[in-house]
Amino acid sequence: MTGNGKPKLAMYWASSCGGCEISVLNIHENILTVDEVFEIVFFPCIADFKIKDLESYPDGYIDLCLFNGAIRNSENEEMAHLLRKKSKVLVAFGSCAYEGCIPALSNLTTKEATFNKVYIDNPTIDNPDGIFPQLVSKVDEGDLFLPNFYHTVKSLDQVIDVDYYIPGCPPEPHQIWAVLQVVVGALTEGLPLPPAGAILGAGTTALCEECSREKHEKTIKRFYRPYEIQPDPDQCLLEQGIICLGIATRAGCGALCPSVGIGCRGCYGPPDGVEDQGAKMLSAIASVLDVGDESMEEDKLEELIQEAVDTIADPVGTFYRFSMAHSILKRVKNGKGAV
Amino acid sequence: MNDQFEPVIVGFLCNWCSYRAADLAGTARIKYAPNLRPIRVMCSGRVDPQFVLQALRSGADGVLIAGCHPGECHYVNGNIKALRRFMLLKKTMEQWGIEDERVQLLWASASEGTVLAAAVTRMTEEVRALGPLRWGEKVLIDNRAAAYAVIQEAQHDR
Repeated sequence: MTGNGKPKLAMYWASSCGGCEISVLNIHENILTVDEVFEIVFFPCIADFKIKDLESYPDGYIDLCLFNGAIRNSENEEMAHLLRKKSKVLVAFGSCAYEGCIPALSNLTTKEATFNKVYIDNPTIDNPDGIFPQLVSKVDEGDLFLPNFYHTVKSLDQVIDVDYYIPGCPPEPHQIWAVLQVVVGALTEGLPLPPAGAILGAGTTALCEECSREKHEKTIKRFYRPYEIQPDPDQCLLEQGIICLGIATRAGCGALCPSVGIGCRGCYGPPDGVEDQGAKMLSAIASVLDVGDESMEEDKLEELIQEAVDTIADPVGTFYRFSMAHSILKRVKNGKGAV
Repeated sequence: MNDQFEPVIVGFLCNWCSYRAADLAGTARIKYAPNLRPIRVMCSGRVDPQFVLQALRSGADGVLIAGCHPGECHYVNGNIKALRRFMLLKKTMEQWGIEDERVQLLWASASEGTVLAAAVTRMTEEVRALGPLRWGEKVLIDNRAAAYAVIQEAQHDR
């Protein structure tokens, strides 16, 4: 512990890919300012810190903790509690910590099925004895413990109190820098911090507001998977039948994916006022389906709608790609949801 | 009192047809299962899928969405939108592992009190046969409790 008076910064990863750390480093030369203003006290991705270092700090020692990654196992949860205790301001950084992200897609299946896929039924695995990781292993020297792999992936705010959220997979560097500037301003000049629980580094409206594609009234006959269609470079992707979650996703990234012809994946989570991003997307996408009308026989109508609906592969996995842990139902019932 | 499981079915009934059908069923003193908890909405097209999920998450065993027959919607095609949403919702229900019978769509005009009453009775029996959903208690298992139990057991053995 050095007493140089600088505010203390920590960043930790739980169940995540490491992309959030890279995104922080992607603020380019501004990282020098971060280093100038903050003292980095815990950041396992970039420097050698141990848990015992963290444990040795007094409570509330860390001024700003950026926590990325979902809560997949008991170790993630323990670290979340420890960092909460040691931090004044704790931010759920990135989609995993905010709303589960890709790790939470395993809520579409069961822990058993996940283990089977990873340790048995996998072409790159040779495990003839069918050995799974055990929570406790008894060896001569004593008991060895592994973290408990949870049944359901949770978001960070489902296990500890979170002060702020920064959405994105990963958060965009310019947005990270904007948030860091606010925090730096608060620490060095006493400027006010945003209200607790705020979603920082993002807009409030739907992504379409930022997207420069031409938009008309949407009338869609069927949907196309990316390999089935060459998108028009200027027209709204959804109007062309490419599933784009922009209408149910928070603005903030500058519509990066749609600008290169890929439908929005939804990584910034739901916009203000929406609780369940997937349900809202389902609602929007179904109501712009333009097949059948009120003059038709019921059977014919249902048949046409069914045909159009069947062009959407894996609706739950698509609409909840990033928000499963924060969704209303949170996981599937019988583990058969993965398609 | 008997111990028979009584399902809770949340009903979203449209103001112009289905809610009036329920009204009619009442004034005509038609007997039907008392398991429906009706909520009046202006149109079946108003039913956001979030409402359905929230009902199931909050303890409902089934959800009934009822609207005017196609071609008879007070707002011309609100019920067609409801049908499109319902059919996509049904596809997601399969993934969530929620049985088809738990989420149903019904057309009942203002004069069809008997249709609504019969559908509620039929759906109640179907859901009763499936048993309680109890999403909060049965599906969302508390990770922490399970983990601590195993660790404590191991430490106890030692």
